[in-house]
Amino acid sequence: MKRTWISNVVQSVPPSGIRRFFDLANQLPDAISLGVGEPDFVTPWHIREACIHALETGYTSYTTNQGLPELRHEIANAFHRDYSMDYDPDDEILVTTGVSEGIDLVVRSILNRGDEVIIAEPCYVSYKPTVVFAGGSPVTVAAKLEDEFRVTADRIQEKITEKTRAIMINYPNNPTGATMGKKDLEEIADVAIDHDLLIISDEIYDKLTYDGKHTCFSSLNGMKENTIVFNGFSKSHAMTGLRIGYALGNSEIISAMTKIHQYTMLCSPITSQMAAIDALRNGDVEMEKMVREYDRRRHLIISGLNKIGLDCFCGKGAFYVFPSIASTGMTSEEFAERLLLEKGVAVVPGDVFGDSGAGFLRCSYAASRADIKEALRRMEEFLASIQHTVQYNVA
Amino acid sequence: MDLALNVLEIIENDPKIDISEIASLTGSSDGEIRDCIGELESNGTIRKYKTVIDWDTVNNGFVYAVIEIKVSLERETGYNVVADRISRFPEVRSVRLISGDHDLSLTVRGKSMKEVAFFVAEKIATLPQVQSTATHFVLKTYKEDGVLLHEPEHAHRLPIVP
Repeated sequence: MKRTWISNVVQSVPPSGIRRFFDLANQLPDAISLGVGEPDFVTPWHIREACIHALETGYTSYTTNQGLPELRHEIANAFHRDYSMDYDPDDEILVTTGVSEGIDLVVRSILNRGDEVIIAEPCYVSYKPTVVFAGGSPVTVAAKLEDEFRVTADRIQEKITEKTRAIMINYPNNPTGATMGKKDLEEIADVAIDHDLLIISDEIYDKLTYDGKHTCFSSLNGMKENTIVFNGFSKSHAMTGLRIGYALGNSEIISAMTKIHQYTMLCSPITSQMAAIDALRNGDVEMEKMVREYDRRRHLIISGLNKIGLDCFCGKGAFYVFPSIASTGMTSEEFAERLLLEKGVAVVPGDVFGDSGAGFLRCSYAASRADIKEALRRMEEFLASIQHTVQYNVA
Repeated sequence: MDLALNVLEIIENDPKIDISEIASLTGSSDGEIRDCIGELESNGTIRKYKTVIDWDTVNNGFVYAVIEIKVSLERETGYNVVADRISRFPEVRSVRLISGDHDLSLTVRGKSMKEVAFFVAEKIATLPQVQSTATHFVLKTYKEDGVLLHEPEHAHRLPIVP
């Protein structure tokens, strides 16, 4: 047998299901894409201008490991304003290179070998591998359509063992667009308190909440000390490529995360930190304008999908919808692949985000209205063509 | 979001949009949108549906100039009488009362620089209230009423992203 340099842990993680699909879509540059998990807006000009100014005035050095003090102060102010939460910028906030780094830091900080993390699924593709790389075991719990893709306290309770250390959730959710109200979150908080578990709450889509207000998990009664909240600028301010996010939590865990961050990442890029300061100080008007436009596209795509016969749950957050393709009798992958090859529309098969996503598609409405309308028209044609095939086969 | 504000924001950028599309963007019925726009038109919130044109791309297009004017005021009527008189010329596209060294700022449109210059000399400068004028011809327009008049930028995105 050929020798391998690769560790058992890394070998144990399968390649992301999205990878093959990405390669396929790359061969069709003219396809309309509803497959993208990032805003279709370019970063607002005032933020880009702040980056340029930072470069012009020589901000090209390292920063403190935790991030620029001004940025941590602005983050603390924003959480006070939005959620009446008080975090100490000195030792309860860490600026990271995007939320993905932050999630990696927290699981490496808290897990011993074999410890379990309960992860609500369908979920962002990195959560489970990140836990495995940290030596832990991901234990998934399905969020189901009948619960509007909210994860319930009962289902979490069933998966708790003596090895469980934390519960990882992400609302508003990628890929379903689901949100959770205060009452639903409180039930999960009760479970966490009863079993002394840490909540890892990825709230990167908090600003993209339509019809209602987002509840920050740590703002629930008694939860500040045992919740690590993650957020950033990628979605709210269309800054994905600037790779900047942050973590908020108790000083013991933030300090442990900072230790790993200091030896691996050192600090987030200073240009991006300067941009983030400007986004927090001056970014609300442009952000609110983007959110209003996403909300319009959300209405457009949900009514359009339901009209062409794909049942679509009315998600109230992020920029995704998660229609069911059960009526077609096809698997998610088969549907998505044929839709791409036959009609030039890229969507992401739901099971890429976990087994409970099987039978669904993730469609992003971070795409222009014209693209959404054309994609819906082609999907309708595609559905008509497969119905025709089914009838033909039966005959 | 308030429906009227939502509708205004949509049609400000796209006055040709169908009623049914506005309805699906806002989660309303066609009837609700028709009523909403009817009300906004009749109460004067919507004044006119306009097109932004880059005249530089057309042969024999138009020449624009910004004219700044100092006026002497009449005791009773203030700026309104002279502003109203100037506003009535079809060559004058906009009239604004401004702060600073001048009192009024106009945008004037004509078929040639000569036509604009003569219009200002004959029709504006000769008004009894006008003390002085300063004419600035527009050489190139980069942005008009919120619309960039050069190639828009595109986000460089990958087709599939988790």
